[in-house]
Amino acid sequence: MPATTVSKALRDQSHARVFDLGEMSLRELNQALHKLTSGSNETAWEVLNPKGSHSVAVGVDQPISIDVRGSVGYYCGGMNDGGAITVHGSAGPGVGENMMSGSIVIKGDASQYAGATGRGGLLVIEGNASSRCGISMKGIDIVVHGNIGHMSAFMAQSGNLVVLGDAGDALGDSIYEARLFVRGKIGSLGADCIAKEMRPEHIELLQGLLDRAGVTGVKPSEFKRYGSARTLYNFNIDNADAY
Amino acid sequence: MTYRNPPTTPRKSATFDDYTLSEIRRAAATGIYDIRGAGAKRKLPHFDDLLFLGASISRYPLEGYRERCDTSVVLGSRHAKKPIELKIPITIAGMSFGSLSGPAKEALGRGATLSGTSTTTGDGGMTEEERGHSKTLVYQYLPSRYGMNPRDLRRADAIEVVVGQGAKPGGGGMLLGQKISDRVAEMRTLPKGIDQRSASRHPDWTGPDDLEIKILELREITDWEKPIYVKVGGARPYYDTALAVKAGADVVVVDGMQGGTAATQEVFIENVGQPTLACIRPAVQALQDLGMHRKVQLIVSGGIRNGADVAKALALGVDAVSIGTAALVALGDNDPRWEAEYNALGTTAGAYDDWHEGRDPAGITTQDPELMQRVDPIAAGRRLANYLKVMTLEAQTIARACGKNSLHNLEPEDLVALTIEAAAMAGVPLAGTNWIPGKNGF
Repeated sequence: MPATTVSKALRDQSHARVFDLGEMSLRELNQALHKLTSGSNETAWEVLNPKGSHSVAVGVDQPISIDVRGSVGYYCGGMNDGGAITVHGSAGPGVGENMMSGSIVIKGDASQYAGATGRGGLLVIEGNASSRCGISMKGIDIVVHGNIGHMSAFMAQSGNLVVLGDAGDALGDSIYEARLFVRGKIGSLGADCIAKEMRPEHIELLQGLLDRAGVTGVKPSEFKRYGSARTLYNFNIDNADAY
Repeated sequence: MTYRNPPTTPRKSATFDDYTLSEIRRAAATGIYDIRGAGAKRKLPHFDDLLFLGASISRYPLEGYRERCDTSVVLGSRHAKKPIELKIPITIAGMSFGSLSGPAKEALGRGATLSGTSTTTGDGGMTEEERGHSKTLVYQYLPSRYGMNPRDLRRADAIEVVVGQGAKPGGGGMLLGQKISDRVAEMRTLPKGIDQRSASRHPDWTGPDDLEIKILELREITDWEKPIYVKVGGARPYYDTALAVKAGADVVVVDGMQGGTAATQEVFIENVGQPTLACIRPAVQALQDLGMHRKVQLIVSGGIRNGADVAKALALGVDAVSIGTAALVALGDNDPRWEAEYNALGTTAGAYDDWHEGRDPAGITTQDPELMQRVDPIAAGRRLANYLKVMTLEAQTIARACGKNSLHNLEPEDLVALTIEAAAMAGVPLAGTNWIPGKNGF
């Protein structure tokens, strides 16, 4: 079905406000989203024909839902603060970067640095994520159904990264207080990142994250936990080989 | 009687001088390189190596104190809906809360506002002290992203994407555990007491093409209202300026080697980057080659001290300068009134640079609640405002003597250099000649 036909069909079916990026500009979309105030009735949005556009739905600061029908480019949902964004496709680099709150769900795959520096909210990637997933994360929760690439959770400060598949090399290098849960194999652990005991509170935490991410048929006991050995928290010349 | 050779005067090595020897001993004893704040302390080619010609017959001067000499500047006129308008072309550089105390940040805001100029956040997020007291506030978007959030982005008057600093191009920072108060730890989302490493590179972009898309994102989040600055350390000013322009910057900030920092390795501060003087002409040349000079504004920082430095930088083609160290001194940093306490720390007023230790007797580079009370934000803000006004008057005096009714009308033709090095770096003739070394290159 041609895109314009899909667009018309969705407009007819949905009560959502439909925004067709094939007909309107990114600036018009983001401006309309930013004009929303608390209590607005326009709580459901559909974005059609994103065609890999960068910066789709960045800076959302209201509790609205946005369904993006197709794949997006860089920084989709950047700094999201309360929105529930679903990308029915794949996402380019930096999806959900510095997210504050709310949620972002990627039905396909995500490129590098997904959820970078995120401070809150939930990022779910139903496919695979690339390198640097969760880099410098600062409180965000990230759940990846598939695999993640190398240097993920580099300098991760806080929050939780859950990976149902495998992780690449140098996982959690120079990690601070973030918690990493990986179900599959790990290429290698980065400096100061070690396997840690899964205590009951971690099982409970992980189960909650899996539930929120819509993961079924997977038990927390199938995961291993990784975190900081905390040996690099204060400089010591005897650790120079790690730098 | 036996003849004895007369003794010779003991002679120390120029290479292994007393400072170098003490550094070797310190490294051997502690096993860690020296970390300190401030900027390069070695002597570098600087604005002192340039002179203004003034007017005689071939140029006609303006009357001092009677004929107007404009000092205002507009920053961010390329893309932003709301460019910044400043009364003076001297801004306050980014310095972090965490490195600086809350009262010191407030004083910077007060002083800048009194003077009609902007102040800038730093690697620690935006505080109420500085937002509340800064009429015009530039919000730094740093690799560490400490405290970064869209609410503060929208509360800012401009956004400065920091790629590098003059004191340490390519380097990150280190805020040692003893300076991490509860408030600093909360703002940085890190436990109290650990060394807080600031990243040397942005985590979610890896090159100029990514930067262009990152700037688009920041513009979209802030509805294209805020000017976007890109700040680089003075390393490769021609190419970095050109790439910042290509990426869409409204303003390019080039921070030369004399620029200060909160804390990094001494060997880094003294050996990486280029002198401020050497950075200006290549950056201006890049803008001129792209047809963007005066369309994308250029701010230069690193060792600016007085109105002559301001005038010289503007004459070489920059639109505004930025001050950091000088502003801290105006607030009271390294003041001789605390000499006894500096001595107790093993140093002297004027040389204190262990800002990362959090024991600053002047109460400026500290988070110690008792020490920071020594900064009266109102009085210190007034001192900063006085200093900024003096710098502006000095620059106006020079500009009028060169026949200019605006500081921005100063030009390279108004300058000569005292040394071949300065002539080559600044692209102005050696005094008494018409020779500009390397005129066809840089």
